[in-house]
Amino acid sequence: MKNFKRVYFFSLLLCFILAVGFTLAQAQDVPDVGPHPPTPRPKMESHIGNITGHSDTPQAHSDYRRYCAGCHGDLGDGNGENAVWLDPKPRNFTLATFKCRSTPTGTLPTDEDLFNTVARGLTNSNMPIWNTFTKQQRADLVAYIKTFSPRWGKEKPGDPIKIPAEPPVTMESISHGKALFTKLECWKCHGPQGKGDGPSAATLTDSQDQPIRPYNFAAGKDDSRFKCGSTNQDIYKIFMTGVDGTPMPSFADTISQSDAWDLVHFLRTLQVNRHSRENDVLKAAGGTIPPYVEKPSAAPASPSGNGAAGGGN
Amino acid sequence: MRASKYGVAILIATLCPALMFGGTISGKVTYTGTPVKQKPIDMSKEPSCAKQHPTPVTTETVVTGPNNALDNVVVYISAGADDANAPSQAVTFTQKGCQYLPHVIALHTGQELQVVNADQTSHNIHPLAKVNREWNKSQPPGSPPIQDKFDQPEFISVKCNIHPWMHGWFAVLKTTHYSITGDGGGFTLPNLPAGKYTVTAWHEDYGTQTQDVTITGNETKSIDFSFKAKAY
Repeated sequence: MKNFKRVYFFSLLLCFILAVGFTLAQAQDVPDVGPHPPTPRPKMESHIGNITGHSDTPQAHSDYRRYCAGCHGDLGDGNGENAVWLDPKPRNFTLATFKCRSTPTGTLPTDEDLFNTVARGLTNSNMPIWNTFTKQQRADLVAYIKTFSPRWGKEKPGDPIKIPAEPPVTMESISHGKALFTKLECWKCHGPQGKGDGPSAATLTDSQDQPIRPYNFAAGKDDSRFKCGSTNQDIYKIFMTGVDGTPMPSFADTISQSDAWDLVHFLRTLQVNRHSRENDVLKAAGGTIPPYVEKPSAAPASPSGNGAAGGGN
Repeated sequence: MRASKYGVAILIATLCPALMFGGTISGKVTYTGTPVKQKPIDMSKEPSCAKQHPTPVTTETVVTGPNNALDNVVVYISAGADDANAPSQAVTFTQKGCQYLPHVIALHTGQELQVVNADQTSHNIHPLAKVNREWNKSQPPGSPPIQDKFDQPEFISVKCNIHPWMHGWFAVLKTTHYSITGDGGGFTLPNLPAGKYTVTAWHEDYGTQTQDVTITGNETKSIDFSFKAKAY
């Protein structure tokens, strides 16, 4: 009888130890996939027009978990369970580096930038066009995205760049754009015809060390390759803000506003199969872009005959 | 009488700095084992740079010197000597011959960085910061220096996307007490008031090591770091 009690006691003890060990092991192996985020997050807001988004509503949380976490991860770090199959990789919100902004390189985007990106999706990637959300849902999700990086609590978004009115599309503008394309060495990555086949193209990697190709402007008949919007204004923005997280730098310190517009006009002519004003102007001028001729300065020519005579176009 | 008065004054004047500015930690950084051979860089895609190097330059992941000296190690006081204020002078990082000169720079948080393009070709400066802001700016030849600052301590890898062989580092630190080993692998950290310090040595490939040192007065304490070379 005594023996039995001893055996019984020790086997109970063993069971208890096993149970505790098992539970501890479980707690480490099984990720926290419960209805609550793993770490408490700050409450953030977003403001787009007259809509205010909130990060701490149950709807925002369940929308993120349902629609976004699969790629962007529960921690917003781009490590959702789908991420291993994706190229390009989902955005890592913890770094607060975003491609499509109206703000200078290295600065945070505005709420509207994020709002527009969610709506527009990112073409040629697995980020869909989220036209299933209401504006309020989208605004709440923008606020939710802002909870993943401490930068949003510490710094303001950059000052959006000012986009001046687009000047007329003229051969001179296109020709100057081409001269800039050569001088600024865009062709090193984008190639002389913008086909994404420049000498450096094959070695490009993004900031997560993933191979990345420069845009091939000549492909296709439409604007389907532009990730950050496809109007001339959107392309203008790219030159002045860079595409952060990728090899595409900002030229804001290097080119003037009119330079940027000339580059936009030239770029449109690289899209050889796309109907555009720029291609019309090019066609009307015979189909070839002439070399750019620097306009003579406003100062009168010296009496010795220095400099080209004659006025502007 | 006057001469000796002045003599004493001069003596005190020369001694004063030593009395005021404290001790020094110095030493050498070496490696054991055989480092991987650095590969020659093919700059043929950038003729304006290739012609500046009649003998091709090599990658700079591991740069060594005589007697197993390890260069480009950032040795700094990681605890005990945080400086609240950034020096007002800028630190310069130059692109020349499609290389970064120097390969590693150290600067204080908030201290101004100046990036100079001394080449005939465009470069883009792309500090791949993960803690600080990541930015990316184009710098054509002849442009003025690019200026920026970093708010957080971080070792930031820097690249040029156009010239993929270009790699450099920004060591952004909370202290001005740092020394980067150069020829001979030696470092020196002067002007340390009495106190307990942690000295950290960082190498871009071989990692980080720390040692604790106590300074009591004006002495020079000698410490060495030895890194194990990696096979690949």
